[in-house]
Amino acid sequence: MHNKLDLDRELVSKARLKAQNIANEMQEFINGYTTTTIERTICRLLGIDGVNKKGIPLPNVIVDNIDVKKGAAAYLGSIIHKTGLEPQEIAEKVGNGSINLRNISLVESKDIQNAILPLAELGAARIRTNREERETYLKTHGDKEGPLLYVIVATGNIYEDIIQADSAARKGADIIAVIRSTGQSLMDYVPYGATTQGFGGTYATQENFRLMRKALDEAGNDLGRYIRLCNYCSGLCMPEIAAMGALERLDVMLNDALYGILFRDINMQRTIIDQHFSRMINGYSGVIINTGEDNYIKTVDAVDQAFTVLTSQLMNEQFAILAGIPEEQMGIGHAFEMNPTVKNGFLYELAQAQLSREVFPNAPLKYMPPTRYMTGDVFMGCVQNALFNIVTKITDQKICLLGMLTEAIHTPFMSDRSIAIDIAQYIFNNMENISDEILFKPDGIINRQANTSLKKAYDLLSKIEQQGLFKTLEVGTFAGIRRPIDGGKGLDGVVKKGELYFNPFIGIFLKAKEGV
Amino acid sequence: MGEHLKKMKNIGYKDKYDPTKIKPYGDTINDGKIQVSFTLPMQNTPKATIAAKQLVLKMGLREPNIVLQKSLESEFTFFVVYGHLIHNVDITKIREEDSQLFKAMSMDEINEFISQNFNRKIVVVGATTGTDSHTMGIDAIMSMKGFHGHHGLERYEMLEAHNLGSQVLNEDFVRKSIDLKADVLLVSQTVTQKRIHVQNLTNLVELLEAEGIRDKVILICGGARITKELAKELGYDAGFGQNTVAEDVATFFIKEIRNRQKK
Repeated sequence: MHNKLDLDRELVSKARLKAQNIANEMQEFINGYTTTTIERTICRLLGIDGVNKKGIPLPNVIVDNIDVKKGAAAYLGSIIHKTGLEPQEIAEKVGNGSINLRNISLVESKDIQNAILPLAELGAARIRTNREERETYLKTHGDKEGPLLYVIVATGNIYEDIIQADSAARKGADIIAVIRSTGQSLMDYVPYGATTQGFGGTYATQENFRLMRKALDEAGNDLGRYIRLCNYCSGLCMPEIAAMGALERLDVMLNDALYGILFRDINMQRTIIDQHFSRMINGYSGVIINTGEDNYIKTVDAVDQAFTVLTSQLMNEQFAILAGIPEEQMGIGHAFEMNPTVKNGFLYELAQAQLSREVFPNAPLKYMPPTRYMTGDVFMGCVQNALFNIVTKITDQKICLLGMLTEAIHTPFMSDRSIAIDIAQYIFNNMENISDEILFKPDGIINRQANTSLKKAYDLLSKIEQQGLFKTLEVGTFAGIRRPIDGGKGLDGVVKKGELYFNPFIGIFLKAKEGV
Repeated sequence: MGEHLKKMKNIGYKDKYDPTKIKPYGDTINDGKIQVSFTLPMQNTPKATIAAKQLVLKMGLREPNIVLQKSLESEFTFFVVYGHLIHNVDITKIREEDSQLFKAMSMDEINEFISQNFNRKIVVVGATTGTDSHTMGIDAIMSMKGFHGHHGLERYEMLEAHNLGSQVLNEDFVRKSIDLKADVLLVSQTVTQKRIHVQNLTNLVELLEAEGIRDKVILICGGARITKELAKELGYDAGFGQNTVAEDVATFFIKEIRNRQKK
């Protein structure tokens, strides 16, 4: 990797250190708390699934009936110790009213752990099996060197999504992302079963994950390629979605430390706590996380505020490291969002994309296409997407989210996706080795833009380190959005851990992180 | 398509897929979604919006969504519109023989076919006739270099191909064809304003009939606006439109010559 931007490497290291301090301070806070969705996640990883007669998911039924600060594992472990029932049997009995969790007296910690740990190991083994299966597929079919073509499907009907995904895969797509139905991020439960009705997307459910996974494996086997599946690990059920993804072998997950706070008005304490456990699961299951910095520059000036992207990328990296995610699984995000009327806008885009590349040399960067300045002019839109593809190739981005000519109009038609893939393949093939051929002029526009962004990001990180991340979010530093510490949704699900609180998976995942 | 996908399709489509009522597909079966773009010769005003809407409603588009409306210059406005099309087609009524895919032979197969069946070279004479000066059509089919990796007829060992070029008068074309003892005549028409190509093509058939050689040659026309149906209507043996390559044309005429010999 060339140092084409002549970056001040010492300043990069110093900025990283600042981000590390910010994340470490947060981690102390995180360690003291659990949330309702983390407890539901523990239930899911212990094998609990399904709904009660009213259609309420059993993990919710359990967690709604316990004292959360003691943790779901304490209740399940106590019942298992006394009765030898399986977690799913217990959940069903709680669901039909034959066990009342409020009347359960908890047994000693040692007995709880002895009852739960073997089951937790089973859950973890299931995840490892999926991970190995992915590795086997990638070994058999081989993996792609260049940009992975990432397209979305969003019909609202999982069966129609499968038809669209299959068509895209056969056309050349490498990653299929199923967009979630509008509003799912604000639901404090995960819907159950296959779904055929959604709004602007399809509900993320474990059954929908399973159906799509199966279809993509079939298409991949026909094509001799591994088709990756992506969904959204965000919102009020962040860790639960991570668990479902791990159990159904998803490969890529949108998973940002701050996105929910800024763009979904989810309480910041809730999000920071949830992101940690969700990322532990993603790290353990081999999922590539995608961070959401692209969103920052959708609402503010993309040239002036470019440094906030790098600032957030550096923090996301540190939160990911703390959760045990290796660099190879960090799909650090950014986007092509400059106003098309800006003179030399293309050069600024190149500068920012190359900056991300050089600050995170081993990360599979995720690059997002233009959305903010897409109009109904579908012909112009194709050219905007083409410029984006060119930056992708020149700066060696790994995950290329293909722009749709109808971005501003509707969720993609099958034909929109096909056109996008054709254009991208044409550009990537025609420019195959361009990155090796291009150097940037010392002290040219591109160099100056990148180094200015780095300097400003360092200054901002220094400020955040001083005032703390929560305070920074309160004053509206990112995307111009202010959030109060006790505002937003989901705060009632944040609970300080009790003295004997126990999450059986943290130990298992940490051991894997440390390579024990 | 995998078994799983077929099953998925069944579940997803349930009983919504009806081959007697096929509609355009956007992202859901039978949504009828299409996009049209056009320019109206009027100023970009609210009146233009109404005009565009009325026009697409007449086309059969429901819930039209004008996603782009912009002035090209003061008296013209450009539109991009999406909507649901009310029309459908019955694909069970399309006759098999009309929809059968024409399978072209390769250059080697064609040469082999000629050697085995005719024991001589086949003479092909081609030209862009009338006032049309465009040679890309006839060149694509005839020139050595060909088109999109398909060599032209001049490259074929068992063909004697004569490309007379463009702006060839029908009278000259007929005389030359008689001199060269042509088996096959290829006529290209590219520029097609106010149906002048139709007059020109008709005139050629009349001349050939007057000379008494219409039945002795395979007469083929080609060009971007030429269709099989139009060619037949004008008295040609075949017509080839866009995306035709030399193999398509040659396969047709060698088979046709063979069929006539058999009769």
